[in-house]
Amino acid sequence: MATDTTAYEEMIKGLWRDNPVFVQVLGMCPMLAVTNSAINAIVMGLATFFVLVGSSFLVSSFKQWIPKQVRISLYIIIIATFVTVVDYSLLAMLPAIHKELGAFIPLIVANCMILGRQEAFASKHNVKYAVMDAVGMSGGFMIALFALGSVREILGVGALFGVDLFGANFEPWVIMILPPGGFLTLGLLLLFFNWFTERRRQFLDKVADAERAAVTGVDKNG
Amino acid sequence: MTNTNKNLELEPGSQRLIVSMAVAGFISGIIIIAIYMLTFNTIKENKARELREAVFKVLPGVSFMQKLHFDDNKLVVVKSDGMDDEMIFAGYDEKGQFIGYAIQGKGPGFQDTIHVLFGYLSSNQNITGMEILDSRETPGLGDKIFKDMDFVGEFINLPMIKDIKAVKKGKKANDNEIDAITGATISSKAVVRIINKAFNKWSPRIPQQGNEPVLELDELKEKNVSNKTENG
Repeated sequence: MATDTTAYEEMIKGLWRDNPVFVQVLGMCPMLAVTNSAINAIVMGLATFFVLVGSSFLVSSFKQWIPKQVRISLYIIIIATFVTVVDYSLLAMLPAIHKELGAFIPLIVANCMILGRQEAFASKHNVKYAVMDAVGMSGGFMIALFALGSVREILGVGALFGVDLFGANFEPWVIMILPPGGFLTLGLLLLFFNWFTERRRQFLDKVADAERAAVTGVDKNG
Repeated sequence: MTNTNKNLELEPGSQRLIVSMAVAGFISGIIIIAIYMLTFNTIKENKARELREAVFKVLPGVSFMQKLHFDDNKLVVVKSDGMDDEMIFAGYDEKGQFIGYAIQGKGPGFQDTIHVLFGYLSSNQNITGMEILDSRETPGLGDKIFKDMDFVGEFINLPMIKDIKAVKKGKKANDNEIDAITGATISSKAVVRIINKAFNKWSPRIPQQGNEPVLELDELKEKNVSNKTENG
């Protein structure tokens, strides 16, 4: 399976085609909980990136020694160790951000997207592919977090990265930074994503049809 | 590779499962201990610095502080690093003269416990400032209790003769009333309630004017030394 795709393709697929949020709809807990501002979304994305790449690397490296019967518990031990490292490092280096994300950092352990990648990909592929896949998937996760976080911050506070955008006369749409706003924005983003994918597919079909028609037409003429 | 795959399919004995779990747990434990020890000092320093900065902020003009713990009906100076609910902070100017107290209080906010620190001058019974040490109020709304400088400013030179009250913005009529934040009334009222509660708890415990705890000298020396090294 790994031989017919390049490592680059493994990375790219996570960003858009198999985006963990918009396509697989995984990791919804951090997705909805911490995306009330763009900076929180970015830091959460970076933390997830570190944990996913680290655990994919380890799981893929040690896959021969991991007995099938206890693999899930071993994955969780590996993931939890990385999460603890992230938690303490953030607390030491970025205490202000840690204050905001607080309870959600330990919850990365329970992010089904990370466990899902170990079970579905890292445990079956070479280290190189596993790491590329993890980079792509966490990149896609970060894109989705940032999309949600920036929309909610712009509409709910009238700012982006804490920089005021609209001046004093802007009346913030407060519901957007509260939990209902998260669900609303996520639903609309999913709608947009699926609509766009569908449109793209139809367009590609049309192009293919036209090409086929042109080719057969040329054949006939020739 | 094929060999190991065969071994896997042969249902490894429970001994092997236990050993692999134990090895993973052991390595994980060592890594967690290592990162804990590596970051422990930085985290402790961050917390101590945050607290010192908060005390200096709520009590203007303070150069030194010391911790006071309420034991056996009196305030005693403590030097430990820890901090608990029965502790307040005394601020002194550069000559070691007593200025005022920084009192802490905790209470429920909109989402979780809010931890408040406020400065109090017993000489004129004024609150000199307020700082939120810890809170998990809604970002963008409840977190205005420390981000909205108008609200924080309400607590500068606020007379504390009777309990303060949070009223709707613009409805402020009396000296003991402050404007609540629009859209964050619950959080604003929570801050006011916590301050009232902490004040009523501590005001009988604070010694009479003139009997304030003296700044202990080694503290002064220590601070001077650290100031000098910082300057150098």
